[in-house]
Formats: sequence, C-alpha cells, structure tokens
Amino acid sequence: MQNTQDTQNLPDERGRFGEFGGRFVPETLMSAVEELEREYIAAQADEEFQAEMRHLSEHFVGRPTSLYYAENLTNELGGARIYLKREDLAHTGAHKINNALGQGLLAKRMGKNRIIAETGAGQHGVATASICAMLKQECIIYMGEEDIRRQSLNVFRMKLLGAEVRTVTSGSRTLKDAINEAIRDWVSNVETTHYLIGSVVGPHPYPKIVRDFQSVIGREARGQMMSTVGRLPDYAVACVGGGSNAIGLFYEFIKDSSVKLLGVEAAGLGVETGKHAATMTAGEVGVLHGSMSYLLQDEHGQVTEAHSISAGLDYPGVGPEHSWLRDSGRAEYVSVTDSEALEGFELMCRAEGIIPALETAHAIYYLTKLAPTLSRDQIILMGFSGRGDKDMQTVAEALGVEI
Amino acid sequence: MANRIDTTMQRLKNAGKTALVPFVTVGFPDLDTSEALAQTILESGGDMLELGIPFSDPLADGPTIQMTSFRALENGANLRKSLEMLKRLRDKGVEAPLIFMGYYNPFLRYGIEKFLQASEDAGLDGIIIPDLPTEESAEFREACQIHGIHVIPLLAPTSPDSRIAEACKGAGGFIYCVSLTGVTGARQSLSSGLSDLVGRIRQHTELPVIVGFGISRYEHIQEIGQFADGAVVASALLDAIDKSPPEAVQDTARKFVRGLRGLNGESS
Repeated sequence: MQNTQDTQNLPDERGRFGEFGGRFVPETLMSAVEELEREYIAAQADEEFQAEMRHLSEHFVGRPTSLYYAENLTNELGGARIYLKREDLAHTGAHKINNALGQGLLAKRMGKNRIIAETGAGQHGVATASICAMLKQECIIYMGEEDIRRQSLNVFRMKLLGAEVRTVTSGSRTLKDAINEAIRDWVSNVETTHYLIGSVVGPHPYPKIVRDFQSVIGREARGQMMSTVGRLPDYAVACVGGGSNAIGLFYEFIKDSSVKLLGVEAAGLGVETGKHAATMTAGEVGVLHGSMSYLLQDEHGQVTEAHSISAGLDYPGVGPEHSWLRDSGRAEYVSVTDSEALEGFELMCRAEGIIPALETAHAIYYLTKLAPTLSRDQIILMGFSGRGDKDMQTVAEALGVEI
Repeated sequence: MANRIDTTMQRLKNAGKTALVPFVTVGFPDLDTSEALAQTILESGGDMLELGIPFSDPLADGPTIQMTSFRALENGANLRKSLEMLKRLRDKGVEAPLIFMGYYNPFLRYGIEKFLQASEDAGLDGIIIPDLPTEESAEFREACQIHGIHVIPLLAPTSPDSRIAEACKGAGGFIYCVSLTGVTGARQSLSSGLSDLVGRIRQHTELPVIVGFGISRYEHIQEIGQFADGAVVASALLDAIDKSPPEAVQDTARKFVRGLRGLNGESS
C-alpha cells in the first residue's frame, strides 16, 4: 500500500490521484477549469470567504449534523455498535448541500451568476436550487427524462425553489446524459456560467473541490466519535455512486490506518446480469466526463448504461479518488443489489424510525452482512447520506403498493 | 514518407486555395454508405476528410453529430471497423489526407500502441481528439510522432495566448481553430472575432490554421479564406445527408460539397 500521508495530499498539480483524474475536457473549457482552480485556491486563503461558509453551514444548512448511536439496529444485528452520521438531517435532506453551498459561494466570488447543474436522484438539484435561491443566482438543472419520472417530487421542489429543470432525452436519459448536456451548456456559456458539479467527478479541480466541501462530514464525525466514544471507528461505510458522500466521510480517516474504509456500490439486478452500477467491481479504466477512472464500458470503449433502483447511484463512472483508494488498497468496495437495498431500507425504517434514501439503503444492507461478523466492542460508522421522502414512489412501486 | 496533410496543404497554399475539409461519421447513415460517402466527397471537391469515430457520450457535439453517432453505434460502428474502412479506402486508391476525429476513450480501450500501428498500416494521416487537451496529450503525441501521424490540437476563442503557445509547440499538420464558444452544429453566420483569433494563433505557429464548428455554406468558406487556410464542414453536410432520400444520398453529398466550392451555381 502507498504511504497514507501521500494519499491524503492528492491530487497532484496535474489533478491526478495516481493514474486517475486529470483534465480530459474540450479546449473551450480549459481556461474555465484553470480559473476555477485559481479562485478556489484564493478562496481557501480568504478569511471572509471561510467565515461566510462557516456561517451559512451552521445557520442555513444546520451543521454540525448529529452522530447517532443506532442502538436498536445494533441489537438487532447483534455485533458491532453502529453509529450513523446523519447527513439526512442537513437542509434539503442530504449531504449534497455541503458542496452546493461551497460552489455557490465560489461562483459568486467569480462573478458568475448563472449556475447549471446535473442531477440524478434530484438531491443535488434541490440543494443547488436552494443555494441559488438564497444567493440570488439563476439556476438551470439538467435531469434525465427517466429520472424525472422516478423523482417527480424533487422536480417539483426544484421548480418551487425557482430553478428551471431541463429534460434530457439523449442516451439512457439518466445522470450520465444529464452531465453530457450540462457540459454542452457550459461549453456554450462558459464566460457567464459556473457548472456546479454534484459529485467528486469531472475534470480537475472538481474532484478535489467537491471532496473538500464534503470532507466536513468525516471531520465532524471524527470529532464526534472522539468526544462521545473516545476512539475512532473500526469501519467507515458509505454508499458510492459518483462517490461524494463516501469521500466526504472517508477523507478525514485516510491517515488513520486502523479505520477500514468500505464503499458500497449498486449491484442493480446483480453484477452478473450486466444491469448494475458497480463501477469498481466490474468496470475498466477509461475516460468519461473529464477524468480517468473506472468506468462501465464495452469492448469498444463505449460507455454502457448503468442500472440501479436508486437514481443517485445510477452512474457508469466513479470519482477518480475512489479508483485510487481502491487500487492503492486503502479502501475496499463491495456491491449490494436493488432488492437487498430495499431490505436495508425497510430495516432502517422499522428498527430506528428513520426513512433512508435508497442510496443510503445500500450501505445499510451491507451493515447486516458486516456487523454480525464483528464484536460489540467494535464500531461501524456509517454515512447516512440522505433521507428517503423522495423515494416513496419508487419504493411503493417496488413493494407493489399503490399510493 | 511525407505526411499527406503536409503535402496537400503545401499544394493548396501554392495554388492559393482554401482547404475544404468535410466530415462524415463512420457508420452513418450505415457503414457501407459512409464508406461510399467518403469517396464521393473527396471526388466532389473535398481536399481532406475527417472520419468521425462514434462515441456514446459526445459531449462537445451538438444535436446533429449526437444523432449521427447514436445511429452509427446502432449500426455497429466502432474503432476497429473505422480502421478497416480506412484501409479499404486506401486500397481503392484514395490518396487524400484522412483524419480520425473522436473522443479519447475508444482509442484508450483499443490500446494506443496497437491503434497507432494499425493506423500507420492503414494509412491514417492525422488525429483530432476533442477531449484530450495539450496537458493530457504529451505521451500520446510522442507515440503518434513515431508512427508519422499528426496530432491536431483544437484551439478556441476562450484559449489564452499561453495555451495557444503551448498547443502550437506540440502540434503537427495544422491547427484546428474552433470558430465559436460552443458545441458543433451548423450556424447561420460566422462569429465575430474569428479572424482575430486566427491572427492570435498565427503568432505562435507556421502551421496552417483550419477553422471548424458552425460552418455551413459557400459564403462562410469564402470569408474564412480571407484569413485562414481551410474550413471544416460537418453538421451541415450530415444534416443534408440525413434529410436526403436513401437512394439519393451520394448525389446529395456530391451537390452539397460542390456547392461549398461554388461549383453548382448554388450555395448549398
């Protein structure tokens, strides 16, 4: 395994995590990503920017989110103690707001008042629309037609928040195609527009910026673990689509070699069926959306369609830092099917009185495999990435209930 | 052997002509027809030809090339079949410069060295990869040089002088000047500031500068000829092919390309 100190200092100046990452975008966008990098570095050193970020994180987003000991679940599974980092309690119901706030303020700093974003589950779209309403920015959200159908509640929320939602009908009509369309918009309007990417994907510096804004999750959780339990967890577990909530949870623990990092991908109908989104379980290294990473693709290098019951995990790529953490051995990635995720979903509702997002439910299911193999003096920290209100329609359909 | 792009551009320069570089997507409207189109276009006034390699996620392209790529993939087109087509075109005696234009991932997946060896054997002259900017292409350029294939960089209205200088250093064949801040697709008029952009590029290179994106008609090419060395026409040609009845596709393409040359007594 690589030196963990090095691992935490990535990406390098070329935006690389080992061989992963980089800047594979059209020339038209290169000056914009360079500008973004310069502005981000300047903002990090700008006390006023940092103060505004802290203020809004506390009073608009509601940070810090709580660390909750899931005692019922722990007893039911009969093994390690389970702690939940409750990002579902953040404003708009998921971790996505952390990054939307940071990038929204960055756009304001750059004088770019037109914000575009992609969304899959709609959580990033809602978070972005909220921030844009608050910061008085124009907001356009690209969303695949298929996702608009299964996440209609979030579409309505975005519209209420003043965003324009543009339907994407190309390709698989899901998250990957929404990103393509957002990039095309950005190429055409780059001088006035900031592309507020929602995950740790895209060209450098996005994977770094999004990670940094999300790393508040792990930073808080680490502090909360130390003050309430007095020690670090043995495992940090989170679901992975593009991977922003997982990186947000993992990053602070990378240097703590005793903490095992475990990412849970979506196995859809089963990895063997080909209908899945388990990028690091079944993908090959390739280039999509500006960076090199593991990618679901065919023998000719065409990107294949992902499948997951959870729109937020339905993406054929993954953030380059995850590919690096995987190949360097620092993190491990497993996968959970649609039906297993539904089991995890119901379990959390029943055991703890918390309705999770379907994305989060993938990580919950994995706890049922992991926790019983461990002893009561061991601790699992799970990133509870979002709440499940948005998924009622999908879950009802899957359970054969009409609402 | 001298690269065909260099000899062709020298010949056109000596003759005082603007290079016309049409584009076809390999596999659109189907594989056989696109191969025949390549020949038709080169016989009708095209000086060089770009062969578009279809990709599932063409993020720098507008609706037309998205559509042709999608249809081409449905028709089973891929990089291997593009190389086979290239080889057949050479076997049929096509001597014009042939250039691949495509996104990076299919080349990466094929294997760069294996691809370049096959390209050299088949007679490829240049390659344009819109999602491989200068800072990511150093190794690739080095490998291409060994095989005598030019890597043609794209420069855009948003490129600062520092990036123009860097891109020109590693370039071969010509510089592809993106005429507008946007995606590919036919436009009614050329964007203002285009001749200034070409002028900025010329300060950093002796290579020919060929303009692409949005160019759709004879008048555009006449205008571009005032300050640049050539023009790429893609979406407008593909739109015409798409609208044509299947049995008249070759005739449509012939008329369209001749029209771009001002040879039909009509402009499109």
